[in-house]
Amino acid sequence: MEIKVLGPGCPNCQQMEELIKKAVKELGFDAKIEKVTDMLEIMKYTMSTPGLVVNGKLKHSGKPLPSLEKVKELLRQENV
Amino acid sequence: MLKELADYFTYNIIQLEPGSRLADAIDFFIYDTIKIFFLLSVIIFVISIIRSYFPPEKTRRILSHKKEFMGNILAALLGIVTPFCSCSAVPLFIGFVEAGIPLGVTFSFLISSPMVNEIAVVLLFGLFGWKVTAIYIGAGLFVAIFGGLVIGKLKLEKWVEEYVYTFHNGQEYEITKQSFKERLRYAKNNTIDILKRVWLYILIAIGIGGFIHGYVPEDFLTHYAGKGNVFAVPVAVLIGVPLYANAAGVIPIVYALMEKGLSMGTVLAFMMAVTALSLPEMIILRKVLKIPLLSVFVGIMTVTIIAVGYLFNAIL
Repeated sequence: MEIKVLGPGCPNCQQMEELIKKAVKELGFDAKIEKVTDMLEIMKYTMSTPGLVVNGKLKHSGKPLPSLEKVKELLRQENV
Repeated sequence: MLKELADYFTYNIIQLEPGSRLADAIDFFIYDTIKIFFLLSVIIFVISIIRSYFPPEKTRRILSHKKEFMGNILAALLGIVTPFCSCSAVPLFIGFVEAGIPLGVTFSFLISSPMVNEIAVVLLFGLFGWKVTAIYIGAGLFVAIFGGLVIGKLKLEKWVEEYVYTFHNGQEYEITKQSFKERLRYAKNNTIDILKRVWLYILIAIGIGGFIHGYVPEDFLTHYAGKGNVFAVPVAVLIGVPLYANAAGVIPIVYALMEKGLSMGTVLAFMMAVTALSLPEMIILRKVLKIPLLSVFVGIMTVTIIAVGYLFNAIL
């Protein structure tokens, strides 16, 4: 599973990254987490940060952040 | 009913002497705290539901076919309802440019969005009443429309960072469909999120406000910051600029100062400076705007806000 965390580095984006790492760990998925800070790269997916992209698909964008349970659910949807 | 509750607590439970300064300050503090937090929860919840219908992607789509003037008006209005935090200003700006939205229209959006924010609106409504709130929103929209129009007329596109123009996504962003239940959940989370962020500032500010209310003599500021002093408005704007994102912490204090002689136009100008002109936002916008354009933006905003201050001092 390929996960991208989109965000220029604001506190929300860092929180989002922590959240995703925790979700992946708790689910026990084998995932590669990449942090995307380049604005133009982020904008290929969304205009509202922070964003979560799984296997090339945008699963969440903007504030407020999703809950840990919600993140797990989003990850499970892409785990095929 | 809230008033009775605050009175009961002040005079019966902690048994302060009615009419004493301490009692006055505490009564004011309790009453305002309950009122403000009640309003914040209810109004932010409702605004969040409305906002869930206007994600930035949709706003971009609506504005992309609009000409100047009508576009400026629409952008200023959408700035109120589109959820957007200042850290998203850069992607939003690039996205708007890519969609062919004129520069002036983009600025109308960027000005109105922070200025007419939900926290400012709730606090104004709770403390000053609906008339002042309406005047503030009206004046805010005016500043956004006017500022955007002037920037559009000046043809400053050359002072946007070049890389912004190189971005071509070539496709519309997907707008995720939400059920009403999801919107309610979004609104609930957003309300909790905002309350968590501002409650301490508001408590401290209402505390200071209560102190001013009880201890500072009436007419204390009339001489320095009343209608008669021509420097009051510009000085208020200069003080307001560095006070970033703390509409929450500033408005209760300003409210208390108004009782002591600060005039309405000065108050409005000050609050606009606090919400719409902030250093961190300038630093963020510097990523897409070159220094001359950024300076023009700040200059136009400052002059317009000061003008609004004088205008309301003259007519109210």
